[in-house]
Formats: sequence, structure tokens, C-alpha cells
Amino acid sequence: MSDRAIDHPGWPVSAVPAAYLRPGSASFTDFLAAAEPQLLPWHGRSESDRAGLSSLHGAVPHGTTIVALTFGGGVVVAGDRRATMGNLIAQRDIEKVFLADSHSAVGIAGTAGLAVEMVRLFQLELEHYEKIEGVRLSLDGKANRLSAMIRGNLGAALQGLAVVPLFAGVEIPGDGVTAPGAPGVGRVFSYDITGGKYEEHDFYAVGSGSLFARSALKKRYDRAADADTAVRAAVEALYDAADDDTATGGPDLTRRIYPVVVVIGADGAVRLADDAVGEVAQAVVAGRMVNPGG
Amino acid sequence: MPIYASPEQFIRDRSEYARKGISRGRSVVVTTYRGGVLFVAENHSPTLHKVSEIYDRIGFAAVGRYNEFENLRTAGIRLADVRGFSYDRRDVTGRWLANAYAQTLGSIFSEHQKPYEVEVCVAEVGRPGAGPAAVPDASVVDPGGVDQLYRISYDGSIIDESRFVVMGGTTEPVISALNASFSPGWDLAGALGAAVAALGTVGDQAPRTLLPAQLEVAVLERGRPGRTFRRIGSSEMAALLQPAGETAAPAAGSSTEPTGSGAAPEPVDAEHAGADLPREPGAD
Repeated sequence: MSDRAIDHPGWPVSAVPAAYLRPGSASFTDFLAAAEPQLLPWHGRSESDRAGLSSLHGAVPHGTTIVALTFGGGVVVAGDRRATMGNLIAQRDIEKVFLADSHSAVGIAGTAGLAVEMVRLFQLELEHYEKIEGVRLSLDGKANRLSAMIRGNLGAALQGLAVVPLFAGVEIPGDGVTAPGAPGVGRVFSYDITGGKYEEHDFYAVGSGSLFARSALKKRYDRAADADTAVRAAVEALYDAADDDTATGGPDLTRRIYPVVVVIGADGAVRLADDAVGEVAQAVVAGRMVNPGG
Repeated sequence: MPIYASPEQFIRDRSEYARKGISRGRSVVVTTYRGGVLFVAENHSPTLHKVSEIYDRIGFAAVGRYNEFENLRTAGIRLADVRGFSYDRRDVTGRWLANAYAQTLGSIFSEHQKPYEVEVCVAEVGRPGAGPAAVPDASVVDPGGVDQLYRISYDGSIIDESRFVVMGGTTEPVISALNASFSPGWDLAGALGAAVAALGTVGDQAPRTLLPAQLEVAVLERGRPGRTFRRIGSSEMAALLQPAGETAAPAAGSSTEPTGSGAAPEPVDAEHAGADLPREPGAD
């Protein structure tokens, strides 16, 4: 009865649309798919669009290297600032590492336009759940939601417009898994383009320079390190990636463009100020002046 | 075929039905203070909330039938999130949301078999330094923008307030208590103490002293970046209530339930006399 009345043609235009009043899931993406599918980043590609997507591969900005590593009190996520378009540098100061919520962060490699939109949707997904349910998702729950979003983009990914995120965070203290006041335990999740989710031990990197970054982290990683040491290791790894991969940008001392670094501990996720990262980056570059191999 | 009922009779019956339902519950107070907007609800359940976050600077409080206002709350969060996603976070405003609620409640009131037995308040906290003081005649300097409280009734009528809103249960004693104690630009402890005292003026053994466990308190904090909504837990609440000299007297759960009766006063006070007249929300 109520549905029939709500769907009545006399329903005022400025009222809450009927779909919004229907009880349903606490997932924002699921709600958008049901009520406003045109807003989804992967919506509305016709067959001809899809065929044309593959030719876009070299013509739209691509983000490159993201690293994440755990330390004694949590996890560090860092990304370089370069976006490339074929052989060109599309942007020098793009941001590819974002806070997902108060205790997690996501870094994105791949097609920048889709990736940034996907991150916005993911951030909203977590916030929406928290507001509707009154509690926050578990870290595994967040990682699984991201997985579902990447799967939604599979069509474009198969045409070359892949989005490959790296997700990291700590369980929120007092939310059931971690006792209040306990040190944060950092966890890192990687994904493939089909939405496959893989929990990584200790550290991981994605993007074009990931091979070199991962090799660098293998030598520098220290499980019990403090946050400053972990940040230094992340910036060193990004330097090594930029050293050998043309698509990864190194620290740009002349323009003062430094990597984006997020440190997540039990107290929450904090994006380091540019000045703080700048000091670390300058120390790394100074070290390489003496020993170019690090 | 149904027997004929005049439109006046039809509306009157529905209004009376909705009002009865709303006056059966416990009251909620929403008020502005120096640092933002304060929500105080008498609510003995720690999980079934009457007060909720909608968006960065928008909060929601409701009284009446839980399943009905929960439905509206969810719809409000969805509306705000969709709008913020497709435009920008700053484009989500309390006025827009209050209008959407008013249109919806108005339609449900006149078209459904049963009107919603709810009253909701949409509160929006102004941005820091974004306008004149919240209350023009305030003697204290308020650094913030305009805080706005929109109260939407079961029939879709909407009123905006900049001082306080009292909804649900027996409202008249609460309103007169707050009229006496309200001072523009008061601080959080003062506002909370006054609101709790006002809520204690109704009930079987009035005046009662309400304990933190019987209250649901939240604020929209003007100065916070991003999401301004924050719940105030029992320990913080107790600390805030302490300076007022409140003594903790145990109140039996059964005695705190206001008696529901058809003779309950209308949930409007004298200065809101126009509230029952349906007003075009779009005209705001």
C-alpha cells in the first residue's frame, strides 16, 4: 500500500524520491546502482564506447607508483606525484594517496580519472555505512568493499583503463578486534583488476615502478621500526622507483613537490605536511649525492 | 463505499491521530550554543538513536514512531550523500534537506492511509566566521555563521528557529523552562544543563533529575573541519553536568515514562501558533 502511494504520480517533485525511502542496504554503491546508476563511475558505457576505450590508453593520465609498509605502530602509505600520458608527463603534482576514513588510506595506480572518482566513491561508501549503521566497518569489510568496486570497473580495465589500488589501515581501537589503547597493527591489501583481494605481509607496492620500489623495501624493511624510519624507507623506495622507471616522479626539489605520505596508527590516519615530507626527501637526496645506489 | 467525511474532518482526524502518537514518547531538545548546535534527547536505549548525523554540518533529531523516522533519517543521509557526490560537499544545505522532508511528510499526510507519527528537526551549524552572530541581539560576540534549526511536523509544516526546538512527549513545560533559561550564546555546559533540567520538568515524578544513561547527547561543533557531528558519551556528559550542581538521584525507569493520553497538549507553544497551518515550504 505504502509503495503504491509513494509512487503516485502526484508525489511532489522536490520530495524525497521513493527509492530513497525504501529500506535497503547500508552500502552507498549498492544504493546508487539501484537508485541513481548514472552517477557510478563505471556507468553508461555503450559497446562503441568500450571499443574506443582501448585507444584511450596512451591519451589519458595514468598514475604510477604507490608503496605501503607496516611498522611497529601501524602502517605507512606513500605515492609519487607524477601522472603520465604516453611518453608525456601529464601532471607533476597529482595526488594518488587519499585518506579513506579515520583509520585507513588508499593509494591508486592506473587511469587517474577513473581512479580518483573511485576513491571518492570509496570514501563515501565508508562514511555512508558509518552514518546509516552507527558503527564503522571492520578493516576487512572496508577491503572487501573496495574489491567489489574494482570488479565493477572490470569492463574498462579489460580495455586498458585499469585501476589498481593499494589499501592499508589499522583496526579502529575499541571496535571489537583491538583493545582501546593497544598499538595499531598495520595491514596492507593489494588487488588485481578483477577485484581479487590479497593481504600482503609487511610491505607492498603497485604501479609501473613497483618492481623497483618493492626490491628497495625488501632491503630496508624493519617490522619493529618507528614511524619516522618507515616514512624514510617509503621515500627511499619511491626514489629507487623513480631512478629506474620513467613514469615515476622523484622528489622535485626545485618545485618543492614531494611524495604524499600518510601515516596510520592507533590514533588515526594523518597525512604528513609537505614540509615534513620535504625534509625527509631532502635527506634522501642528500644521501644519494654520496651514494647514488642508496 | 466509505461514508462521506468532510475534508476538515478528514484532516482533523489525521492530525489528532499523529499528535497522539507523537505526544506518547519522550521529548527531544535541540538548541544553539556558542560553539554550534546541541541535541539532547531523553532516550533510555543506547543503540536506538533519536539523534543522528546527516552530513558535514547537518544533524537530525526525531520523535515519534521509530521505524518511520528511521526511514526518513536513512533517506536524508542518502539524499545528502548523493547530492554531495554529484555536486560538492558544500552544496548540501539544511534548508534543502528540510524542504525535501516537508514535501515528503506533507504528501504522506494527505495521501497515505496513515500519516507518519513523527516530528523531525534538521539542524545546520553555520561555518566559522561565515556571517553575523547566530543571535543578533547577543551581547557576547559569536564568531560563527548562522545556525539554523528547522522543525518539520507530521503534516509537512515547517518552521525555522534560531534558539531552540522542543519536540515529542509533553512539550509545554519543557518549552516554558527553556524560555526562562535560554540565553543567547551560552556555553555547552550551560546549554546542556538547562536542556536536561527542562527535560526533567515532565514525567510522573517531576521535577526529575535525568542521569547520563537516560540521555542521548550530541553536538554539531562549528570549529571542526569536515564532519562536525560528535556524540557526547556518559563520562563527558557527567563532567559537563557536574558544575551545575546536579545531584545524581536514581530514577526508576517506569516512573520516567510520561503518561500518554489524548488530553496531551499540542506539541506547539504559543509563539509557534502558526505551526499547524500548513505552510508552503518552497516559499522559504
